[in-house]
Amino acid sequence: MFDHTVSELAALLRDRKASSVELAAVFLERIERLGGGLNAFITVDAEKALASARAADARLARGEATPLTGIPIAHKDLFCAKGWRTTCGSRMLADWISPYDAHVVEQFDRAGAVLVGKTNMDEFAMGSSNESSFFGPARNPWDPSRVPGGSSGGSAAAVAARLVPAATGTDTGGSIRQPASLTGTSGIRPTYGAVSRYGMVAFASSLDQGGAFGKSAEDLALMLNVMAGFDERDSTSVERPKEDYARDLARPLAGLRVGLPKQYFTADLAPDVAACVMAGAEELERQGATLVEVSLPNQALAVPVYYVIAPAEASSNLSRFDGARYGHRAAAYADLGDMYRKSRAEGFGAEVRRRILVGTYVLSHGYYDAYYLQAQKVRRLIARDFAEAFASCDVIAGPAAPTVAFPIGEKTSDPVQMYLEDLYTISVNLAGLPGLSVPCGFGQGGLPVGLQLIGNYFDEARMLNVAHRYQQATDWHRRSPPGYGS
Amino acid sequence: MSGAAGMGWEIVIGLETHAQLSTASKIFSGASTAFGAAPNTQACAVDIALPGVLPVLNRGAVERAIRFGLAVGARIAARSVFARKNYFYPDLPKGYQISQYELPVVSGGFLDIVVEGLEKRVNLTRAHLEEDAGKSLHEDFHGMSGIDLNRAGTPLLEIVTEPEMRSAKEAVAYAKALHSLVRWIGICDGNMQEGSFRCDANVSVRPAGSTTLGTRCEIKNLNSFRFLEKAIEYEARRQVELIGDGGTVRQETRLWDPQKGETRSMRSKEDAHDYRYFPDPDLLPLAIAPEWIESVRATMPELPAAMRARFVADYGLAPVDATTLTASKALATYFEEAVRHAGGEPRACANWVLGELSALLNRLEAEADASPVGPAALAGLVKRVLDGTVSGKAAKEVFEAMAAGEGDADAIIAARGLTQISDAGAIEAIVDQVLAANAKLADDWRAGKEKALNALVGQVMKASQGKANPAQAGEILRKKLG
Repeated sequence: MFDHTVSELAALLRDRKASSVELAAVFLERIERLGGGLNAFITVDAEKALASARAADARLARGEATPLTGIPIAHKDLFCAKGWRTTCGSRMLADWISPYDAHVVEQFDRAGAVLVGKTNMDEFAMGSSNESSFFGPARNPWDPSRVPGGSSGGSAAAVAARLVPAATGTDTGGSIRQPASLTGTSGIRPTYGAVSRYGMVAFASSLDQGGAFGKSAEDLALMLNVMAGFDERDSTSVERPKEDYARDLARPLAGLRVGLPKQYFTADLAPDVAACVMAGAEELERQGATLVEVSLPNQALAVPVYYVIAPAEASSNLSRFDGARYGHRAAAYADLGDMYRKSRAEGFGAEVRRRILVGTYVLSHGYYDAYYLQAQKVRRLIARDFAEAFASCDVIAGPAAPTVAFPIGEKTSDPVQMYLEDLYTISVNLAGLPGLSVPCGFGQGGLPVGLQLIGNYFDEARMLNVAHRYQQATDWHRRSPPGYGS
Repeated sequence: MSGAAGMGWEIVIGLETHAQLSTASKIFSGASTAFGAAPNTQACAVDIALPGVLPVLNRGAVERAIRFGLAVGARIAARSVFARKNYFYPDLPKGYQISQYELPVVSGGFLDIVVEGLEKRVNLTRAHLEEDAGKSLHEDFHGMSGIDLNRAGTPLLEIVTEPEMRSAKEAVAYAKALHSLVRWIGICDGNMQEGSFRCDANVSVRPAGSTTLGTRCEIKNLNSFRFLEKAIEYEARRQVELIGDGGTVRQETRLWDPQKGETRSMRSKEDAHDYRYFPDPDLLPLAIAPEWIESVRATMPELPAAMRARFVADYGLAPVDATTLTASKALATYFEEAVRHAGGEPRACANWVLGELSALLNRLEAEADASPVGPAALAGLVKRVLDGTVSGKAAKEVFEAMAAGEGDADAIIAARGLTQISDAGAIEAIVDQVLAANAKLADDWRAGKEKALNALVGQVMKASQGKANPAQAGEILRKKLG
């Protein structure tokens, strides 16, 4: 049962072949037995989970179920959930219990999903390996000595290891797509503004976007159907009609134009990854799609631009963590300035401190124009590159990460190497576009590789259609890590 | 004219005013803005900056900014941008204040003021929307500080002038005109005690005739017009003396100490924060469509400047009187009501409104719309003065009685027997008595002492217990003496 997709589990529940309480018990038992070694969760609450499973069973009995009613899920630990610890993977919020629900959490509650726990993550979503978590690194179920990617590493590892059928994540520079690629899961980051950021603790507000992990594109569509939609509490949430992201899943791919950016297929891309990605593209071609080369001329500037804009916003977003009202406060301090310095120095880890310093620097008087303003200009060029590419294709395909999962500790001493993990994902965030990653084979060491699909604004249904058709013809997404399958 | 300006120095003043906008809820959250609640009871998740919360702009605050822009003839930006002003302080929960920096909602515009009878135009640089911070309370917490976040997120319009004022009196006249205007157009309650209207003054001095600006100091904590005037005068004198002694003025922020009557240094320019302004990514640029501006324009009242011009042109009032009458909407409305009830007679009404009524209101510390003597009642009295029923002196007594609630003018005149004697025969009889008893005064007048006649009229008034028509008495006296 744990190997089922959300849609399969929903069918079991609907047909009374299983109850939500049974489902919760199955996954809670797996978390208990297998979760510890992966460190995928920061908080698991069996009691709360079983209570909502019972409520879900009652709702199923009343015939008022949605496709997510009774399905166990996990939230990345930066979605505020009322009564739950919401740590953001940081010592700063290690003991903070949220008094309110994020929009996303509220939506899943309304749908009747069963929250079993909060997943591990890079501290404040800053990282590509989950190693910056105050709670220790999450591990990749395909090889526990390797990273699951990040920052949504806990969600990716949990879904890959079948500890939950689906989970939420957030993607600021690749934090859903890269871990999805490294763990053999499916993950989607929707268009900026599609999912409300209300209650999603901010890293870089103009780049952050909530999304989901699942075992299939179809599950991602079901997740998006719950998560996405206008929310007046987020001014950047886009007001548009609710849509059914599953509506086009079965559409044939004949006539589809798939763009392959020439800048993605260079020496920066590991050959094993390149081979899997090209094979994936060829499968689309086999189904009637046309492959066309496209160009993203400013692709090389994406990482540097990102590492100006994201830290700038983060330096300001994280100012509220000052030890005054909530969160970590140093035990002893001489005066107000000392309280700030000690509380923040103790509460934040090295990577968060580094980005706050970088962000503070680029916004400082005399540097603002040269860094921040310049980065914003290039950001517009990057968005224009995509607009021009989409003139000749419907979706863009490429790698989601330059390599397969790397060993824990390999890149922690070299931040720039770590930043390059997001080489193929970051420009999507800068442009505000939607992107997803689906498993497309195995590279070196039998480790999974993801195929990234990038769509035009609000073209998630089409991307999911392409991914779903791909998954109808392949079974990479059904493979489970040794020891975690059935 | 202050001492500093008198010694060959010119004072240059620019004002920054924070007007708290009269919205029911905060600028970026739904929490109430009501004053005086128990600490931290009007601070919601957004105001205390819990992790994950986001700001949502209150359109009521924008509408008020538009009203202001229209009232001062400013440009209202089709697109303006909210920016974050970053600094750490416990009463600033997010670690940044949401304000507007490079692209404010209102730019330009002007306010005309009258100082010692002279008109002057003060140009505005800009007006921008921002949120207020909370309050730090340093007493009563045994060596610790208390933080009250009720005020955090209260909408403010910061109104900045060009450095165009040249005396403390001009600055006060501007501040009063602005204070009147924001209340007039209903965007701010103007309550200075509660901090709804706060001024900071940028003050510098330069040798008279110089065209370059001197180094300025910004003075904070000026929560009354009196403090504003005193602080500017003190600061200008301090700067002139400093320069006179061979020193130089340092650019700094200074605090007005009302107890000591002096400004003192708060922080120097070197200590000033680098606020690291950047556009707030949580808020979209503020777009104001022409239709929105037009719909606000349709709700604008007649503005004080237009009303003042109308009072001069249509009522023949002196500009200075028209200015005073339009200093508050309540007073102007009162005046127009009185004129209507009196069936015209604007000058007589203006004299009463500016004289007895204003004195009464000052004494009661009340606005005209709360006057115990209403405009209709005052008009009733004005009519009795104009038709000669009561003397001007008796009318003042009637007014006081009206203020004390003794009824309308006619009832009081009747009850107190204040009807003026205008019967020529009766006055002649009294004049004869007075002339018989004051032969010396009569001789003095005949000898050319014009003042003696006033003394004789005074005697007639005394003899008639104030009821004789003084003009008539004067005429009869002249006739008899001549």
